[in-house]
Amino acid sequence: MVQFTLPKNSKIRTGKTWPKPAGKNVRKFQIYRWSPDDGENPRVDTYFVDMDSCGPMVLDALIKIKNEIDPTLTFRRSCREGICGSCAMNIDGINTLACIYGLDEVRGDVKIYPLPHLPVIKDLIPDLTHFYAQHASIMPWLETKTNRPAKEWRQSIEDRKKLDGLYECVMCASCSTSCPSYWWNGDKYLGPAALLHAYRWIIDSRDEATPERLDALEDPFKLYRCHTIMNCAKTCPKGLNPAKAIAEIKRMMVDRVV
Amino acid sequence: MRYLTDRKRAVGKGAAHTGTEHHWYMSASAVALAFLVPTWLYIFGHALGQSHEAVVATFARPFPAILTGLVLFVSMRHFAKGATMMIEDYSHGSTRRGLVILAHSLSYVITATGLYALVKIAL
Repeated sequence: MVQFTLPKNSKIRTGKTWPKPAGKNVRKFQIYRWSPDDGENPRVDTYFVDMDSCGPMVLDALIKIKNEIDPTLTFRRSCREGICGSCAMNIDGINTLACIYGLDEVRGDVKIYPLPHLPVIKDLIPDLTHFYAQHASIMPWLETKTNRPAKEWRQSIEDRKKLDGLYECVMCASCSTSCPSYWWNGDKYLGPAALLHAYRWIIDSRDEATPERLDALEDPFKLYRCHTIMNCAKTCPKGLNPAKAIAEIKRMMVDRVV
Repeated sequence: MRYLTDRKRAVGKGAAHTGTEHHWYMSASAVALAFLVPTWLYIFGHALGQSHEAVVATFARPFPAILTGLVLFVSMRHFAKGATMMIEDYSHGSTRRGLVILAHSLSYVITATGLYALVKIAL
């Protein structure tokens, strides 16, 4: 059953407020902290960052905090240019990539939490194990039955264009963790990211497993838990539209029976 | 605690190979109701405030009687399937099954009661 209140050990408390540096251009950051090692409840720590010596993105500020204020602050990051999807987190109420989200887009204090509705490993790091396993379950690779061609699997320019808006997904999990259906039934519902990838392989002109792929998705929970809420499309930091991909899969399902 | 691989946990019991019919029925019945309900409301609105005999006479005519029957049946099936979806969203296990049975039973009771009243009026 849906729970509307947090268990006692999950209630967020006010944490430590770090010293404010001198300077005119100082910004306040409120960041979620939780460690599995100390047995404490989650807390929100307050940091102050001098923006005159900080880069323009949220990730720049996080790195500055970690390097200069609190080395225990834990978060994932890698490419710093929106390609790896590592630094996905909830910034100012929006799931996005910290590396491409500008601090000028946030009004007032900068509030940073981990992606919602996932188990937290530490601080801003969510456990994406199930998310990745769901992605693997849709067979994100080219499936063929015809003998391998002498050179390569050929694809027309028109068919290649159909993959635009799909292949760019970096699996950051921003969309899936913004979806209420994924919150309530994430154990069974594949979520927008996995379904977008499923559609990417279904419409690939070179792939020969379309019937099997559709069969594997035809389920009240795996696919049809999408209620077109559209949070996925609104939050996607890459500007993709997983809801449209899901609608296309549903259309293909209907085409098979009507 | 169960020692399952991540993949086994994600795949679960596999696809049920159902759901498309439900999705198609909800879409088709929604379109049907978009026409049925306003037409029925127009007839119902005209009958409102009239004498008992006049109302009975209105719903004894073939078109309003058939329309009322269709509105009852289609809307209650739409309700039952929609409620099932909602229940599946927010509840799990035995509670889910119980509530789904309740929603379907309620829709059948309302349909049967309505059709009984309609038959009594129309025939």
